[in-house]
Amino acid sequence: MQKYLLQRLATLVPTLFFVSILIFGLQQLLPGDPAIALAGEERDPAAVAYLRAKFHLDEPLPLRYWYWLSGVLHGDLGDSVRIQKPVTELILEKLPVTIQLAAMAMLIALAIGITAGVVSAVKKDTAWDYAANAFALWGLSTPNFWLGILLILFFAVHLGWLPASGYVSPFEDLKANLAAMIMPAFVLGNAIAAVLMRHTRSAMLQVLSSDYVRTARAKGLNERVVVLKHALRNALIPIITLGALEFGTLLSGAVLTEQVFSIPGFGKLIVDAVFNRDYSVVQGVVLFTATVYITLNLLADMAYFLVNPRMRG
Amino acid sequence: MRSLSLFGLLCFSCAVQSQTLRIGLAEDPDVLDPTMARTFVGRIVFSALCDKLFDLDEKLNVVPQLATAYEWSGENRTLTLKLRPGVTFHDGEKLDAAAVKFSLERHKNMPGSNRRGDLAPVASVDVVDAHTVRLNLSAPFAPLLAVLTDRAGMIVSPKAAQAAGDRFGARPVCAGPFRFVERVAQDRIVLERFPEYWNKGAIHFDRIVYLPIVDSTVRLANLRSGQLDFIERLAGSDVAGLKGDRRFKIDRIVEIGYQGITINIGNGERAQSTALGRDARVREAFELSLDRDALVKVAMDGEAVTGNQWVSPANRYYARNVPIPKRDVAKAKALLAAAGAANPSFTLMTPTTSDAQRIAQVVQAMAKEAGFDIKIQSTEFSTSLNMADKGEFEAYALAWSGRADPDGNLHIFNACKAPLNVSGYCKKEVDELIGKARTTLDPAQRAKFYEQIAAELAKDRPIVYLFHRNWLWAHAAKLSGLRTVPDGLVRVQGLRMN
Repeated sequence: MQKYLLQRLATLVPTLFFVSILIFGLQQLLPGDPAIALAGEERDPAAVAYLRAKFHLDEPLPLRYWYWLSGVLHGDLGDSVRIQKPVTELILEKLPVTIQLAAMAMLIALAIGITAGVVSAVKKDTAWDYAANAFALWGLSTPNFWLGILLILFFAVHLGWLPASGYVSPFEDLKANLAAMIMPAFVLGNAIAAVLMRHTRSAMLQVLSSDYVRTARAKGLNERVVVLKHALRNALIPIITLGALEFGTLLSGAVLTEQVFSIPGFGKLIVDAVFNRDYSVVQGVVLFTATVYITLNLLADMAYFLVNPRMRG
Repeated sequence: MRSLSLFGLLCFSCAVQSQTLRIGLAEDPDVLDPTMARTFVGRIVFSALCDKLFDLDEKLNVVPQLATAYEWSGENRTLTLKLRPGVTFHDGEKLDAAAVKFSLERHKNMPGSNRRGDLAPVASVDVVDAHTVRLNLSAPFAPLLAVLTDRAGMIVSPKAAQAAGDRFGARPVCAGPFRFVERVAQDRIVLERFPEYWNKGAIHFDRIVYLPIVDSTVRLANLRSGQLDFIERLAGSDVAGLKGDRRFKIDRIVEIGYQGITINIGNGERAQSTALGRDARVREAFELSLDRDALVKVAMDGEAVTGNQWVSPANRYYARNVPIPKRDVAKAKALLAAAGAANPSFTLMTPTTSDAQRIAQVVQAMAKEAGFDIKIQSTEFSTSLNMADKGEFEAYALAWSGRADPDGNLHIFNACKAPLNVSGYCKKEVDELIGKARTTLDPAQRAKFYEQIAAELAKDRPIVYLFHRNWLWAHAAKLSGLRTVPDGLVRVQGLRMN
């Protein structure tokens, strides 16, 4: 395992280097002059010239890449021109919000998705199975923004139980924080639960028909033990991969859900920065989330060792 | 006794809550530095944070704020301002003539300043005494007072500005009724009452929290659920639903800006590529094909007033000699026939907002009846600005947030080689008239020049002006003291929760 881990860690550095080139290169493909975008509808010519000089926009691309990379290597991701704040500060500001939203959404998704998937596989072709499948279809086909607005209208405007939108830090008021996060977390978790349910169901069906499960049943083991201990554990491997990928996606921001619920996470930050061509923010945040994504994949690989003893050899 | 104390405690917390004003904004403001700022929504926050030399009233008259009096002299090349005594910045520094000189020079000279153009005619600023400054102009400039009612007239603390450098906007220090507390990007901006404010009797809230909520439905849901006290830019389609609810009130103000279609008539090669760009008769036919009343009804839910100039018909400088033309499809067709272009086609570039899309589609359908074949090119806003500057468009549906003085809506779009003149229009007579209107202080005389300009522009039509939107505000019925000034900014002086 140690060797495997070292191998994976060794690939991390060149991967991140490649990612940094990709981020920088792709951003250059954004249409329009970033100086004009930043200067806005008034776009005073002197302000445009200043912005062009400040971001070295007239200099060759490799040189601009070097300016950025050398800053990154020194831990400086630059400043947001739009609001004059260091990008690192912005990331640190949004990170707890994004992590909390992603974690809550993932918990909801895992609780609903795996339970529904297992039930659906075990009770195949029964009303339970049809209900779980119907739920998956609903989850997959419901647009997040639509479900979000419906929840707001029902729980905030009609019943007045939950705040319509906004964010409160858990350190300020934990109850208010949970009240503000439950609806967006459910909206996000609902969609992922549907995907997890489908995957859990098919993985469980495969495992349940395998020889060792039949043997376990033949040994007279309790069905509950067979399903939860023997079958589910093996079926979890693809679910972990999927869960890690979904969690990574959640960490890079859930644009529409954040927009609807006014949650100040990464999604809104990146989208606003792209529309305003706030390059330092886009580059910094994407690099950060890419690093998180790659690390999560690594952690998922490590998790295989924990759930599947055969891989430890 | 216990229940009484509990009651008292509850009431106290009610009172504390009611002293916070929660405002829902349609966008997240940009940098909170009046020198660098460039968005309309940022100006709403500045209204509570940074006082200006002058302000506007509901009729767009310039009224005193930090300056109490002014006097033009030296053939209108010198403007002397008397400053309000006893004003302090949020950091306790005195606001005096030296601070005003510092701020105006910062607006003019700071690298990246977006105020440079506003103050271009100001050649120098002299401190006459502690409470008097003199602005020396390179030429008379009638819009100057109106310019000083906006960000160019905001005075910042020299000490704080010098210490913060180009990060002043992260923690602005001004002399407004509220001081900066914190900002979490895309989440909230919190201001608290400044106890030493010169007009503190007019301030009835302890805190203001600005919450950017982009989706208008969610913004309204927050108001309805009691989480917000005020929202700006209520969607026109939501007016009917909110009208019957007694807990809320709706205010509307006709904007000082406009919505129009800019036509490329001289900016690069694309100008000559369409009959619309080449021939003024085709542009006249295009205008005649449009029914502005129907456009406002269908595309704007009736929440706009029709117009055909850079200021609305209610403005004192609206040129009545050039009224809004009525739709006349037959005449439009005749003009097209005379121009030898019975079915002219062109591409209409529009931003991606749903409003802009609706406007473009209605215009497309109306113009089709006269023979026009319009293709709609929906383009992301920043990209569209860039394409407009480069002349890579044939027609461009664009909204301008507007300036209090008519010159701010006219000069930069219509004068030869002006910064935002993307249509490439250039006519010596118009330039001379715009110049005269800028340098004449007498309103009656200026109005005459604008009549002549309107007549000239009506011949060439570099911009087909369509309408002026309503700023729609919705707020708790208990909130009183709102002043509906056409610049659409929320002034906090006098606001209270009853």
